[in-house]
Amino acid sequence: MLELKNISVRFRSKSRSVDAVKNVSIHVNRAEVFGIVGTSGAGKSTLLRTINLLERPSEGEIWIDGRNIASLQGEALRRERLNIGMVFQHFNLLHSQTISENIALPLHAARLASAAIQKRVSELLDLVDLNGMGKALPSQLSGGQKQRVGIARALANNPDVLLCDEPTSALDLETTESILNLLAEINRKLGVTIVIISHEMAVIKRICHRVAVMHDGVVVENKPVYDLFAHPEHAFTRELVEKSLDLRVPDRVLEEQQGEILRLVFLGARAEDPVLNETTHLFSVQINILHGRIEYIAGKPIGILLVSLQGTENNVKLATQFLQEHVARLEVIRHG
Amino acid sequence: MGELDLSILWQDLTKALFETGVMVSISLSLALLLGLPLGFGVYLTRKNMLWENRILNWLGGIGINLIRSLPFVILLILVLPLAQLITGRSTGPYAASVPLAIASIAFFARLVESALCEVSVGVVEAARAHGASDWLLIRKVLYPESLAGLMRGFTVTAISLIGYSAMAGVVGGGGIGFLAINYGYYRYETGVMIITVAILIVIVQIFQGFGDWIAHKLDHKK
Repeated sequence: MLELKNISVRFRSKSRSVDAVKNVSIHVNRAEVFGIVGTSGAGKSTLLRTINLLERPSEGEIWIDGRNIASLQGEALRRERLNIGMVFQHFNLLHSQTISENIALPLHAARLASAAIQKRVSELLDLVDLNGMGKALPSQLSGGQKQRVGIARALANNPDVLLCDEPTSALDLETTESILNLLAEINRKLGVTIVIISHEMAVIKRICHRVAVMHDGVVVENKPVYDLFAHPEHAFTRELVEKSLDLRVPDRVLEEQQGEILRLVFLGARAEDPVLNETTHLFSVQINILHGRIEYIAGKPIGILLVSLQGTENNVKLATQFLQEHVARLEVIRHG
Repeated sequence: MGELDLSILWQDLTKALFETGVMVSISLSLALLLGLPLGFGVYLTRKNMLWENRILNWLGGIGINLIRSLPFVILLILVLPLAQLITGRSTGPYAASVPLAIASIAFFARLVESALCEVSVGVVEAARAHGASDWLLIRKVLYPESLAGLMRGFTVTAISLIGYSAMAGVVGGGGIGFLAINYGYYRYETGVMIITVAILIVIVQIFQGFGDWIAHKLDHKK
C-alpha cells in the first residue's frame, strides 16, 4: 500500500549539512496503523512529512498504491495530496474561519460544488462527534475538540492514507485517550491506513499494529507492536520499552527488603502459569511481591513483577535458575 | 495676531478639506490596488514560500526600502516630472497625489507583508498538505487569516498619508495640513492654526477609531 524505499533527507545550510533521515525503508500494509516512535530529533517527523512531500527526500522513492510520487510536482502533486490526510500536533486550524469552513478547506481544494461540500461537512462533524459545532470558531473549542476538527478536515476527501504528526502531544491524558479511540475507530470503520508518529510509547501501545523505532535518523527496529514490547532487540528500543514498563518502588521499600530483588517478565501464555508458587515449593524460599502489573498489548499479556527472594544462599541460587528458565526475562535488581 | 476672519477661514478650510480628500483617497486607493498585491508578492517569494524566488523577493524588498528611506519631501520633488507626465500638471492636489501614491504603495506593501508573516506557518502547511492550490491558499487562508492585520496596516497607511499630504503643499498640493503650516507658521495666525490642527486630530481619531473597530471585529485570535 505505502512503501518508502531508501529515503534520505539531508538539510543543507551554508556551513554544514545534516542528515535527518538516513536510508530508511518502510512498508505499510493497507488499513494498518503503523507507528514511528523515537525521541525528538530522531527524524521521525521529517520522515512522515516526506510521505506527502511537505519535505522532499534527497534520495529514495515513495510508493502509494503502486505509484512513485517522490518526483511529482505542481498539479499532479496537488491531486495526490487530496488522497493523503494529515493531522498536526498543534491542530493548525484557521482562526478566522468557522469549524465548518475549516473542515471544508480540502473539499474546496477538490473543487466540490457547495451543496456537496455542505453535505460532506455535516457527515464529518457527525463522524468526529462535533454535531452542532459547525458555526463555532476554533477559539471557542477545547484542545480535544480542535483535534477532532483537525481529524475531520484530514478525512474530508476520504483519503486512503492518514498521516498523524504527534496528534496527542498537545493534549492532556484523558483527551489523548479519546483522540486515540477516535483514530482507532476510524481505522476500523473506514479502513484508512494510518501512519502515526509519537515520542510516547503509551500512544504506540494503544493503537498501533506495527512500529518502527527511529534513532538518529535510522530505523533501528521494525516489528509488530507486541513483539517490540516482548522482545526489544536494539539497545535504544530496550531503553524505550523499559521506561514505559517501569515499575517504581520507593527506595525505603527496597532498603527494608532482605534477600535478592528480581524483576521478572512473563509473556503470552506463560504469564498465566503459577511459576512463583512452584518456586517456593520446590526450593523452600520465600517470595515477596513488591510490585507488579500486566499490560495487554494488541490483546496479548505482558506481565512484570518485582519480587524479593529469601532463603539459604544455595536455595536462592537454585530458585533463581529455575525462574530464569520459566520466565521470559529475569533481571537481578539487587543481590541479597 | 490679526482678527480672525471666519468667512475667509471657512472658504480656505473647505478647499483644504477637499484637497486633502482628493490626495488621500487617490493615493489610498492606489495603495490598496497596487500595494496589496506587491505585499503578497514579496511575502510569497520569500524562502520556503509558494513562489520562492530570491531575485524577485530581493528586488521587491529593495524597491520598497528605497522609497521608504527617502524623506518624503525629496521623493515629492524627485517624482515631479513623472507627476507632470501623468496628470499634465506640476502643482495641485492631483499632481501631489502621484508621489503620495508611490509612498503609500511602498508603505502599505511592507505592512501587508508583515501582516502575512503573522499567519501561522502551520496553517499554511495544513492547507498545502490537503491539496490547496496557490489561489485557494491566498483566498481561503492567507487573506482571511491576515485580514485584521491588513486592516490595521491600512489604517496606519491612511493616517501617515494625512501627515505626508501636509508636505504636498511644497508643490502646491494644498490640503488641511498645509493650511495649518501656512497660517500658523508663515502668517502667525495662531487661532487658525489651532483650529486646523484640531480638525486634523479629529480626522486622525476617526480614522484610527474606525480602523480599530473593524480590525477588532475581524480578529478571531482574541
